[in-house]
Amino acid sequence: MAGSLKVRRRARRGRGSSAVRFVFLALFVLFVLVPIYWMVITSIKPTSDYLTVPPVWFPAEPTIVHYTAALFSYRGLQGLINSLIVASAATVLSTLLGTMMAYGLARFNTGGHHLAFWVLSQRFLPPVAIILPIFLLFRSWHLYDTHIGLILIYTVMTLPLTVWMMYAYFRQLPRSLEEAALVDGLSRWQAMWMIAVPLAAPGIAAAAVFAFISVWTEFFFALILTSRHAFTLPTVFRAFLGFQGAQYGEACALATTSLVPSIILGMLVQRHLVRGLTLGALRG
Amino acid sequence: MANVKISALHKSYAGVQAVRGIDLDIPDGEFTVLVGPSGCGKSTLLRSIAGLEEVEQGTIEIGGEVVNDMRPRDRDVAMVFQDYALYPHMTVFGNISLSLRARGTPKPEIDARVKRAAEMLGITPLLGRYPRQLSGGQRQRVAIGRAIVRNPRVFLFDEPLSNLDAQLRDEMRGEIKRLHQEIATTMIYVTHDQIEAMTLADRIVLMRDGRIEQQGAPLDLFERPASLFVAGFLGSPKMNFLQGRLARSGSAVAIDLGESVPLLALPPGRSLNGAADGAAVILGLRPEHVGRAAGAAPAAGSARLETTIELVQPTGSRSYASFRLGGQPVLSEFQAHDVGGPGEQITVDINLPRATIFDPETGRAL
Repeated sequence: MAGSLKVRRRARRGRGSSAVRFVFLALFVLFVLVPIYWMVITSIKPTSDYLTVPPVWFPAEPTIVHYTAALFSYRGLQGLINSLIVASAATVLSTLLGTMMAYGLARFNTGGHHLAFWVLSQRFLPPVAIILPIFLLFRSWHLYDTHIGLILIYTVMTLPLTVWMMYAYFRQLPRSLEEAALVDGLSRWQAMWMIAVPLAAPGIAAAAVFAFISVWTEFFFALILTSRHAFTLPTVFRAFLGFQGAQYGEACALATTSLVPSIILGMLVQRHLVRGLTLGALRG
Repeated sequence: MANVKISALHKSYAGVQAVRGIDLDIPDGEFTVLVGPSGCGKSTLLRSIAGLEEVEQGTIEIGGEVVNDMRPRDRDVAMVFQDYALYPHMTVFGNISLSLRARGTPKPEIDARVKRAAEMLGITPLLGRYPRQLSGGQRQRVAIGRAIVRNPRVFLFDEPLSNLDAQLRDEMRGEIKRLHQEIATTMIYVTHDQIEAMTLADRIVLMRDGRIEQQGAPLDLFERPASLFVAGFLGSPKMNFLQGRLARSGSAVAIDLGESVPLLALPPGRSLNGAADGAAVILGLRPEHVGRAAGAAPAAGSARLETTIELVQPTGSRSYASFRLGGQPVLSEFQAHDVGGPGEQITVDINLPRATIFDPETGRAL
């Protein structure tokens, strides 16, 4: 009797807490989605609807003029293409180099205990502290305002986190798998590529998404190191805030456009993302 | 096919000596079991042979060739790991064939050899599955298949059965023994389980603290243990150890277990390394060498005693009964129905010719 009472009470508590949870999650979803909704809606609102009271939740006459203006008049399309080139190349380089470096750190304990942390510590330095020497270097090496230059600086910028994430990932992979491969006749190099790397795919996916997004949203280096050719998407937004007011529609149109690659990438690797991240968290 | 010769091998981890001076000569085709408690260095020794550990001192030869600086892949050894170490992202076929693919074996030959190995182990229907879809026993078979498909010179097993349940372990043990009889390749097998060691080995190498404590045929070690450690490690239930003193009178030698027990006369001819009269000794008696008295007089050399049973532990085929000799507990083996219950007065015969006498100071057999 007492037992069944307890069970019933627990069930009631379960229902209550799940209602609270539902409300909480609903609020959270609103908190996350409303700004995005507002951005998308503003991007298709006629200019007259921007700042009305009460606000227009859905425009009577949607328009795409802000998109054409943002992409063509303000060179948003060029910025988008540049961003895609730079972010993809830097992500590939950072993931490739970071994975190999992390493997070395994890398996051979390269540099003892401190090298791995030293790599991470590179992120402690604020970019503004190094921008002047980098700017001068870029100018004398003819890297200023080039894709190559940005790709290099972004690879360097994203490497520490990639290395650290992959280092944590490789350390939790059982060594015996690679040892079995070594005895089976693979070289260390083959054991890494045929055994460790495929098994680390979730970690690699997570690291790649992180690298891509941090490059995609980077503003400071792009602002200083590019001008008319290699400029990236974030720098285009400067143009929408002028002396004569803000171009809300164009800004939102470009922002909406810039979300698309991140969303596609996120959906592609979503399955791996959580696992890749939590492992890093637990074993760091 | 090759012999393995290890000379003066040393290895330490972070200042702790795991292997301290091992000399071992394993002839071609022999099944050698390295056995000992955890931390005795047996796995380190095996991994050194595989090339997974760097050797600090000493040499390892396989087939007459020093392999110290050879990469694992060039040593032509195969290894079965404790956690099976199957590649999770490859099918059973992929797992078994990897070593052949790595060596550039032509495809038809790979297919034929994988098929033959799979048939030997009864895993042909599993070739298309992934390791996560297999049971523990099936994984173990795949791990063995991966080793035998290559026809290596030496097989190395690192506690391959310790993750299996008891029934499966017995079954796989039999299969590994049968496999050795079929392919007759040198096998080196690490375990901490003395039953595995006894049943599988042509030769047992019993290790302790990075050294070889004793090596030899399983029954030699069992019947003539060189030390208390060996005697206690092999055999289940364990050997009884009774503290006593040596009593010499003329050429006769006996063990004195205290006033309540008659002197146990040892068979003539046991020199006991000249241990002096009155010296402290330990009498080692296996449970099967103490049993219910049969016949009018004890067999030659045996001693007959009266005692009271304190505890009976039936196991089905045998029953183990405990009693005391001079206040010290003794476990003895009986036929299943041959012993009553606690409090029963019985007469037991002690098979003294089979007893082992140890020096308590050094732990060595006398």
